[in-house]
Amino acid sequence: MTHRPYTPWLFLAPGLAICLMFTIFPFLNMIVLAFTDASALGGGRFTGVDNFVRMAQDPKFWAAARNSLLYMVCVVPPLVLLPLLIAMLAQKVVPGIGIFRTAFFTPVIASTVVVGLIWTWLLDSRGLVNNVVEALGGSRIGFLTDSTLLLISSMVVTVWRGLGYYMVIYLAALANVPKDLHEAAMVDGAGPVRRFWSVTVPSIRPTMVLVAALSAVNGFRVFSEIYLLSGGSGGPGGASTTLVMLIQLTGRGLTGEVGYASALSIVLFVILLGLLLITLRLNRREDRL
Amino acid sequence: MKLALRYVALLAILAISIGPFLWQFATSIKGPGEDVFVPDFIPDDPTFGNYAAVADVVPVWTFALNSLGVASVNVVTNCLGAAMAGYALARLKFRGRRFAAVVFASSILVPFEAIMISLFLVMRGFGLTNTLTGVVLPGAIAALNVLLLRNAFLALPAEVEEAATIDGANAWQRFTRLALPSVKGTLVVVALFSFMFSWDDFLWPLIVLSDQEKYTLTIGLAYLQGTFVQNQRLVAAGTIIAVVPLILLFLLLQKHFFRGVGEGAIKG
Repeated sequence: MTHRPYTPWLFLAPGLAICLMFTIFPFLNMIVLAFTDASALGGGRFTGVDNFVRMAQDPKFWAAARNSLLYMVCVVPPLVLLPLLIAMLAQKVVPGIGIFRTAFFTPVIASTVVVGLIWTWLLDSRGLVNNVVEALGGSRIGFLTDSTLLLISSMVVTVWRGLGYYMVIYLAALANVPKDLHEAAMVDGAGPVRRFWSVTVPSIRPTMVLVAALSAVNGFRVFSEIYLLSGGSGGPGGASTTLVMLIQLTGRGLTGEVGYASALSIVLFVILLGLLLITLRLNRREDRL
Repeated sequence: MKLALRYVALLAILAISIGPFLWQFATSIKGPGEDVFVPDFIPDDPTFGNYAAVADVVPVWTFALNSLGVASVNVVTNCLGAAMAGYALARLKFRGRRFAAVVFASSILVPFEAIMISLFLVMRGFGLTNTLTGVVLPGAIAALNVLLLRNAFLALPAEVEEAATIDGANAWQRFTRLALPSVKGTLVVVALFSFMFSWDDFLWPLIVLSDQEKYTLTIGLAYLQGTFVQNQRLVAAGTIIAVVPLILLFLLLQKHFFRGVGEGAIKG
């Protein structure tokens, strides 16, 4: 195919400009800033690894890193298993199944902010959930006022919102499981539980690994759920702050410590890159299957 | 019997999935005389007054317009810009193609959360903080969409375009008349998810915007909750305003949503 030598660059110019200016350059700049004491107002001297030394001694950093890690570890198992069970339930074509599938996907459609606000209201000290708790004879629970419960509540919201999304991924995978495998197992007298472990799980294992990786990356990046459920504070005394939220709180505004926030960002980047590379690898492997 | 059990389970999950939305809706139509804390899904005296009242305390319709504007621009720039770049990568031969591919591939690997503070400084350098342009620009042409469209173009047979080249069609004509119409399916997915991503985005507008009249719906709602937490009816009305357009869009274009999830166009 013939074209003038500069033609491809005209096609590429807008996309390249956006990516270079708003992703690659800020990324390189972040690495430089991490070794300075730059503030939001600019300037900043080279301070070597001071920011990283400070980080190692900063209890806020360790608490935030622990919360993010804990978040990731806790949301992955339910997000791998529950959507699979729902997908198996929604897989069989029965009258009205389309309505159910659509309804299960609704939480994915609603934005994180809407979901966060809805759950803030549900989990309020006098909200619907506490009304149910009281009706069952319990006493009101401070879902949003206790730092541990706040983390758990956010995880519940994350899992709730992920159910429909990962269900769709599983539905696609389940559709590719050969029917005769199930039939053969049934002929051999295998019950539903046995068939789940011996036929379904081995056939869709790549998808399960992919869902685990995706939910791990997203779990580690959590921000909105915690921010909204805590009303922007990160919980009592900021005890439920996650790494992304700590970066946002450290770097924002006129008093932002840009240098230190950049150093925190590097740590976040390294962890997420590791998780992302694993995900991409798994994704590619799944494509081949 | 087995079928009945299946329906019981399906209904239980249905209640968990949409129950919270119904509760929010119920709260939003409760009148001022009704106790919002009483778990009553059907108000005694339903009213849509809260939808008007929420506009009196915060400019919620301005927020909605801002969100709509940002999301619409995001759709256009992503579809056009990503298709152009994807086409060049898939169909044109030139020196430096590898360099371009590496820029896009590495952009995908940089998580937004890691560069947001540095990105804010870049925006300030351009004088674009606290503007809607500043909200749109970083995601205007997502590298992921470039690669999605590149793959879509690669999957097309090359013969038609080769024949068009012989007939004297230039690269832009081949792109707009032959290639673009053939990847409509992928374009719809890109458009849909660009819209949704933009409408949902919370963290970046939160960082880059500071004046209330520039707020998008997401940060406007967070602000509404922070300020008027004592009146849940208004917050509920605001959230319903934010969620209804997306639900309508979803109901209209369901199959593309499900396809998009399959192609990994949405990051979850």
